[in-house]
Amino acid sequence: MKTFKIPIVASLVIILIAGSVGMLANSYIQLILLFLFVNSIMGMSLNLINGYTGQFSLGHAGFIAIGAYFTSIISTSVPFPSGLGALPVAGFITIGSGLVAGLVGYFVGLPSLRLKGDYLAIVTLGFGEIIRVSLNNIPFFGGAIGISNIPSFPELNFGGFIIDRFLVALIFATFWAVTCFFFIWRLLNSSPGRGFLSVREDEIAAEAMGINTTKMKVQAFVISSFFAGVAGSLYAYFTNYVSPASFTFLMSIDAVIMVVLGGMGSMTGCLASAFFITLLPEILRSLKDYTYGIDLRMVIYSLALILIMILRPQGLFGEKEIFHHWRKNDKSTT
Amino acid sequence: MEELLQHLINGLSLGSIYSLIALGYTMVYGILQMINFAHSEVYMMGAFFAYYSAKLLKLENSPSFTTLLIILFITMAMCSLLALSIEKFAYRPLRKQPKLNVLITAIGVSLFLQYVAQIIFGADPKVFPTLINDQLLFEVAGVPVKSFDVTILGVSVTAMFALHFLVYHTKLGQAMRAVSHSPAVASILGINVSRTIAFTFVAGSSLAGIGSILVGIKYQKIEPMMGTMIGLKAFVAAVLGGIGSIAGAVVGGLVLGVSEVLVVVYGSSQYRDALAFGILIFILLFKPAGIFGKNTIEKV
Repeated sequence: MKTFKIPIVASLVIILIAGSVGMLANSYIQLILLFLFVNSIMGMSLNLINGYTGQFSLGHAGFIAIGAYFTSIISTSVPFPSGLGALPVAGFITIGSGLVAGLVGYFVGLPSLRLKGDYLAIVTLGFGEIIRVSLNNIPFFGGAIGISNIPSFPELNFGGFIIDRFLVALIFATFWAVTCFFFIWRLLNSSPGRGFLSVREDEIAAEAMGINTTKMKVQAFVISSFFAGVAGSLYAYFTNYVSPASFTFLMSIDAVIMVVLGGMGSMTGCLASAFFITLLPEILRSLKDYTYGIDLRMVIYSLALILIMILRPQGLFGEKEIFHHWRKNDKSTT
Repeated sequence: MEELLQHLINGLSLGSIYSLIALGYTMVYGILQMINFAHSEVYMMGAFFAYYSAKLLKLENSPSFTTLLIILFITMAMCSLLALSIEKFAYRPLRKQPKLNVLITAIGVSLFLQYVAQIIFGADPKVFPTLINDQLLFEVAGVPVKSFDVTILGVSVTAMFALHFLVYHTKLGQAMRAVSHSPAVASILGINVSRTIAFTFVAGSSLAGIGSILVGIKYQKIEPMMGTMIGLKAFVAAVLGGIGSIAGAVVGGLVLGVSEVLVVVYGSSQYRDALAFGILIFILLFKPAGIFGKNTIEKV
């Protein structure tokens, strides 16, 4: 199982599995598959703040909105190249979206991370709402109508060998999801990453050990905002349409549930719950005929939040990762 | 000038509603050091309790003072029951857990009530029954004063005085203050901490019930999502006044109400919701303890 920890192998396996599932299915299933990646990046990035650094942010949707809007504006105003040139251009636009979101994250995080717990939650919620209200009211961003006609990925043609639109999008999404996973994963095993963990475990003790806790929190917040911007950029490419109504408080709640359900501080747990959160609404959609057209999604989410906090406060996975169970001989799994 | 006076009256009646709800936040925070996110949903349920009890008692078309009183008492009782069960089933099992877990549970309870209310009551807005006639009472310096505003101010001031009496002049209030000071010492001295916390929830949610009826009278429209925004604003009011302080919640609510009405009149109505968050961010950055709050030092 160790080979899965090599990014290229992991990417190939993901593309192989998701690609073969997607090629057999219709475009509806394909879009759900792509959204698995968007939501995974969303969950993993929030996990860095909420799970590993122990700072509770409720405004993740705001940063996703910034990324999505940056991508939409750039790719609707700049001509999008067809053929193989589209991928690097899209890649640069996505990096740009991440950088803008990270920059906003810096300016939001620097003052608000002085606060703790409940207050931080409310302030980040407030910033998320302010971002949404501003997008809604500034004509440049399209107001409440949003921006439509965002170009999607073109087909690639290698002398007769055609790669499908969906596969191109999938390769792009996989690249970012794998980058996000391994970036955060390796970061946490590095010296700054240990700093993040120490802030979560005991802020005062960390400070006594010479760790600049404010710097650690702001760093975690900026990195998390960067990947939120990346998730937003992918969102814009896959839906071809963004509007402020997509980035409400409920999107932040979705991200929080991914982190809490999977376990605050578990990457694979977070991925598992991202899958659950993406697939649940689709399953419930088909059940709607039996529930008289009522959307049970939020009722299930909220009950899950309450019950998990009461029965298993550390989340389903706790701080464990799936591959801890693969190592049979090694009992010390921390 | 007359226009300004009119806006001030409007702002004060809106602000007194914020104060009533903010009191619930501040009391629970004072005793448990947690933000009760579900408070805004207790308020929302209060509006529906009032709506359905007026319907069941066939009082929706007989506006009078007694009608108002009957509905007020029923709603206060129902809201208290709801808050008691939330406290018992969701918050009490987590009392010794880290604050973050309690916060997540509170958000969960809030979402749960919101969406269950949508399923039970339907998502579309309902017209609140007329509990009191809207008529011109008298004029102050050429400004008409309506019975709605007088009722709102009268009821909320009475409720605040009742709360003041409860907290500072009864044994129960003494117990509440003792528990908020130090639960451990209070329980050594023979105070039933759990019961005191439950009573705090009862007092706070009764005020939220009163607030919901006053909002129903003023805006005549109720819906399952009505709690979110007003709850956040009331929370901002509590923080503005200094969370944990009863006088602070009242002052914070009034300041927020008046400034919101002024922003809508002289600025843009689109930013009325952003104003509350702006105030919140400003106050947390420059005076996190609020107007009446005391600075606390964190010890290792």
